[in-house]
Amino acid sequence: MSFASKRKIGRRGLMKGAAAVAGATVAFGRAPDIWAQNIKNVTLRHAGPPVTALSIIGTQATKDLGFTVQMQATENADLLNRIMSQSSVIDCADISLTYMPYLVNRGILQTIPVKKVKMWDQTNPLMTQGKYPDGREVSKQGLAPYTVIYAADAEFKKVSQAATDWLAVVPTVTNADTLGIRPDLIKRPITSWADLISPEFKGKAALQDQPSVGVIDVAMAMEASGTIKYGNKGNMTKAEIDKTISTMMEIKKSGQFRSFWTSFDQSVNLMASGEVVIQSMWSPAVTAVRTRGVACTFQPLKEGYRGWGYTLGVMKHLSGLELDCFYEYLTWYMSGFPGSVVAREGYYSAQPAMTKKFLTDAEWDYWYGGKPAATDIMDPFGKLVEKAGHTRDGGSFDERMGNIAVWNSIFDEDRYLIRRWNEFITS
Amino acid sequence: MTLLQTIGFRGQAEQREKAPFRLSPRMVSWLQVGPLAVVLIALFALPTVLFLVVSFFDYDRVGIYPAFMLDNYQDLLTTPSTLRVYISSLKFGLIVWSITLFLGFNIAYFLVFHVRRPMVRTVLFLLCAIPFWTSGIIRTIAWIPFLGRNGAFNQALMALHLTDKPLEFLLFSDFSVIITYVHLFTLLMIGPIANSWAKIDPALLEAARDSGASRWQTMYLVVIPLAKTGIALGSILVFTQVMGDYFVVRQMSGGQSASIVSMLSTEIQAMQYPPASANAMVLVLFVAIMVACMMRVVDVRKELVK
Repeated sequence: MSFASKRKIGRRGLMKGAAAVAGATVAFGRAPDIWAQNIKNVTLRHAGPPVTALSIIGTQATKDLGFTVQMQATENADLLNRIMSQSSVIDCADISLTYMPYLVNRGILQTIPVKKVKMWDQTNPLMTQGKYPDGREVSKQGLAPYTVIYAADAEFKKVSQAATDWLAVVPTVTNADTLGIRPDLIKRPITSWADLISPEFKGKAALQDQPSVGVIDVAMAMEASGTIKYGNKGNMTKAEIDKTISTMMEIKKSGQFRSFWTSFDQSVNLMASGEVVIQSMWSPAVTAVRTRGVACTFQPLKEGYRGWGYTLGVMKHLSGLELDCFYEYLTWYMSGFPGSVVAREGYYSAQPAMTKKFLTDAEWDYWYGGKPAATDIMDPFGKLVEKAGHTRDGGSFDERMGNIAVWNSIFDEDRYLIRRWNEFITS
Repeated sequence: MTLLQTIGFRGQAEQREKAPFRLSPRMVSWLQVGPLAVVLIALFALPTVLFLVVSFFDYDRVGIYPAFMLDNYQDLLTTPSTLRVYISSLKFGLIVWSITLFLGFNIAYFLVFHVRRPMVRTVLFLLCAIPFWTSGIIRTIAWIPFLGRNGAFNQALMALHLTDKPLEFLLFSDFSVIITYVHLFTLLMIGPIANSWAKIDPALLEAARDSGASRWQTMYLVVIPLAKTGIALGSILVFTQVMGDYFVVRQMSGGQSASIVSMLSTEIQAMQYPPASANAMVLVLFVAIMVACMMRVVDVRKELVK
């Protein structure tokens, strides 16, 4: 029997459903006993990056849903590789927006009809329509979410730039990255990306050793300092790549960069030890530096943020009961608990209103509201992140996610970019 | 009559004369070589052939396509970065090789010829070997807090007023890469050299002295020639480790220098398998040639058989 597909609900009904869930936390109008009996032996294998494929999420899902959700964490290219070459041993996966160009027409993902996504209306229009909640258009530089999540057809042969009835993947997590700085060692306000390449920080700057992210960060800095104007920083032409890389090589030769980091803990250690005072960084890494009692700011900059997102996708091989379970899981996943976990890491859920129910008022005000913390703020594992009274860098959700300059990306010229990046790193 | 005899490939008559069944010497050799050959073919030869084939393939973001094109090699051999990483890896290889050879030779000499009591010798050997019980990754990373800008060494220097500003070159530099390599690989030199001396009767050295050889002559005419195999083996171990390294260079240079393998890894991270394969093939060929040159200088096989 098919539980999820039996419920045919219109858009209005969907919203009503969402409201019902809002009232009853995670109790999704329980199916008859026979359902519970059938699903007992189902296991969903959920692959994702270490920051989202957390066992607390899997454990809670297993408890709430009656079938087993197993988390498998792998990083970067290994995760993409697993999705592409071993999709039969996983059931669903956290898929970075930047993986999408690799997954079009590969027969790996099965599309998700929009009408089966119960929490669709709860999803931030930033992800679904490319508009901020106040109606402004979102930057189209790089891989903007709404340009990669819709399938043009039920088979996902092509991607659609505009909304369709089929989703290749469902947005779940998003955030906006900026530079991390050590305010105690810099001792002056930092307001622009241009400071990343300012000679003032010679030997004290770092970049992520990842071609597309590293190049976009430097592009933000170069554009801010007025050396070059890009057509699209998230999809450079060969000439733009050449210009950027040759400038980067000059900067490197001058001794600007202390290090290039590849892993989360490297970026944390560089900052905490004072080897580096300004670098491209992730929000939880800033948090990690701060939990060690070292001052570190995720500095808002006037040119805006570099946005990124993760999505949930389901593998083609799922059918029948397992697929029904996946849809149950999808609804659960979008209903707030996972969102609250990633919120405590410093990321945002694509369904913020649902997440609110799983955060205390103090947590919501701190993480989303940009207000001073009313109580001590803890990370998902109960470690102190911020003492009461402090305010989050960059302000509220709307301020942070309301100023995306460029999205993480895969260039059309990525082949050329990798070659030139290797030249930069070896120079 | 045993089963083997009935299915034996020799004539029945002959079988009956030489009662116990014997494998031909050729067969014995094959059986002896067999297990290793299977392992090498399955885990080395086949993957290498696979890389070789893929290195000629075409690729795009979506996949790799069977083809025979030389573009991957052409791209690899024409970008300036290739020459740079090979020169840089060779430079590291030579520097680390000479330092580890100097250290390894002297430590091994001390352990074998100066330490008289076997007990003390065993303890000292263990002291050399115990650090190897922890992983290389830990031994690499442990240098970072020691050498950093605010690290233990810099703080000690400043506390002793030997310098007023922290020395920046200590970490994320060629210096830190070399010091880590030396730390990691010196034992690879000590082991083979000490081993090649261990079999020598100490009386040999006395004989040399009695025959009127000076210390240097003994060293030059007796000790070094006897260590030739050990030196060659140690050199091959150290050299191939440095050429194939990825982790130490990336960690200790802070990504400032690249190694051949780290270049390859950037390609793999970007899912560009054909150029990565071409890169791997060129590296295998390069290291094979270097090792062949070393084997030329010392015929390790002959020495081992002796």
